[in-house]
Amino acid sequence: MNPEELLYAKTHEWVHVAADDAGSKIVTVGLSSFALEALTDLVFLDLPDVGREVRAAEPFGEVESVKAVSDLYSPVNGEIVDVNQKLVDNLENLPKDPYGIGWLAKIKVTDESGLANLMDYPTYKKQCEEEA
Amino acid sequence: MVAYAGWNMPTHYTSITEEHNAIRNAVGITDISHMGRLRFEGPGASVFLAETLTRRVADLALGQIRYSLVTNDQGGILDDVLVGRYHNAYGQPYYVLVVNAGNRAKIVRWIDQHLPPERANRHGEEIIWDDVSCLWSMFAIQGPRSVELLQPLVDVDLNVMRYYRGAQVRILHPAAQRQGGIISRTGYTGEDGFELVLGVDIARAVWETLYDLGQPFGIVPTGIGCRDTLRLEAGMPLYGHELTEQINPYQADLAFACHLSGYDFPGRDALREIKKQSLKAMRVGLELDGRRVAREGAAILLDGNKVGEVTSGTFSPTLQKPIAMGYLRTDLAEPGTNLMVDIRGRQQSAVVVPLPFYRRPTKGGKK
Repeated sequence: MNPEELLYAKTHEWVHVAADDAGSKIVTVGLSSFALEALTDLVFLDLPDVGREVRAAEPFGEVESVKAVSDLYSPVNGEIVDVNQKLVDNLENLPKDPYGIGWLAKIKVTDESGLANLMDYPTYKKQCEEEA
Repeated sequence: MVAYAGWNMPTHYTSITEEHNAIRNAVGITDISHMGRLRFEGPGASVFLAETLTRRVADLALGQIRYSLVTNDQGGILDDVLVGRYHNAYGQPYYVLVVNAGNRAKIVRWIDQHLPPERANRHGEEIIWDDVSCLWSMFAIQGPRSVELLQPLVDVDLNVMRYYRGAQVRILHPAAQRQGGIISRTGYTGEDGFELVLGVDIARAVWETLYDLGQPFGIVPTGIGCRDTLRLEAGMPLYGHELTEQINPYQADLAFACHLSGYDFPGRDALREIKKQSLKAMRVGLELDGRRVAREGAAILLDGNKVGEVTSGTFSPTLQKPIAMGYLRTDLAEPGTNLMVDIRGRQQSAVVVPLPFYRRPTKGGKK
């Protein structure tokens, strides 16, 4: 995925919005390369079970590095429909390709109002520059 | 970058693990100028330091360094320090006290309180001291290749310098002119290595030379992120985590640093009492199952009841498992004891292990 076409949460998740065959909105969530560079040295990734209900701005998993542990926040209310379980045992793929094989979870949106709080790429980039 | 005790410091240049491994296997250079450096001289300096520190000072040989504590009247730990005795170019003795960055202001106040002008100017026992932290920089050059890297820059034979020894040296660098520095075989990594104190005006030039000279050895500039993982593997306590004013040296497993039969220092009487009593909790090492890290504040549990608390933890790059230090009820502190740790609401099994977690391979009897 092209990072410039994604939406971003303040908490550094990237979000891609698509529709499934039935017309429901499905968001794919990952972690931005900015966040991964700050964490470095990942040691552990915890992803939720498929079917779990998640709520916007509430944690659905965690990523841990030598330096720190971070919650992964859901951008929307919805239900986990897929997780990238392969990544858990191949953590090196996350920083290698955060916008591709490093995706984390897919969420079927039940309430998309959370999407309004997300930033476009230029706005997110500005936030990162301020944090750096 | 991270703000720490008034300094902006890099957590890492490349990655914590890469830098950690460079120090374990080759050599790394860390700017540790944030550490406080206090210099004492004059005929009264030795006795004053002996009456301030928990460890013997008066018998320090030239070039000898000791790990020591500064305690308050209750025996709580105000700081852990290194004290070394050196001679200047004119053969006059002086002492350098290296204190933690976060405690520097506190220790300076403590010394001011205990060293009023009438004491410092007492005839025949004069003491001159200064906080030279901002005049002198300090680098940690750590790793098995550190002797080879540093040798061309100093006029003493580093191969024969023993652990916890140091010397005032001539720095053999064009920028140094005739400036001296202090080099010591000390560190906070559990690896062989040195700490180099040098004038701030030449620090950058010497850093760059070390970086260039270190290329064939695989030198990596190293941040404070790996400083923490290295000292944790080495089982070394960190002030603000394992050591606080509420912790006494016996709990912290630092009895070796307390010499109670010599000079009277603040806290000595309290420590004599503490030594007689049994300890409720003591510092231990823990290894955890899984890959989640038990960090500061995580509760240590036995049958669901809190029996201790983690003071620092990380994922050990050398052992490839989570390790932690913490304070644990003394009756459970025996290595091999199985416990649980509450990591952010989920329990993980852990076992008490002896410290240190990592001991460097020894070479031919060299300590």
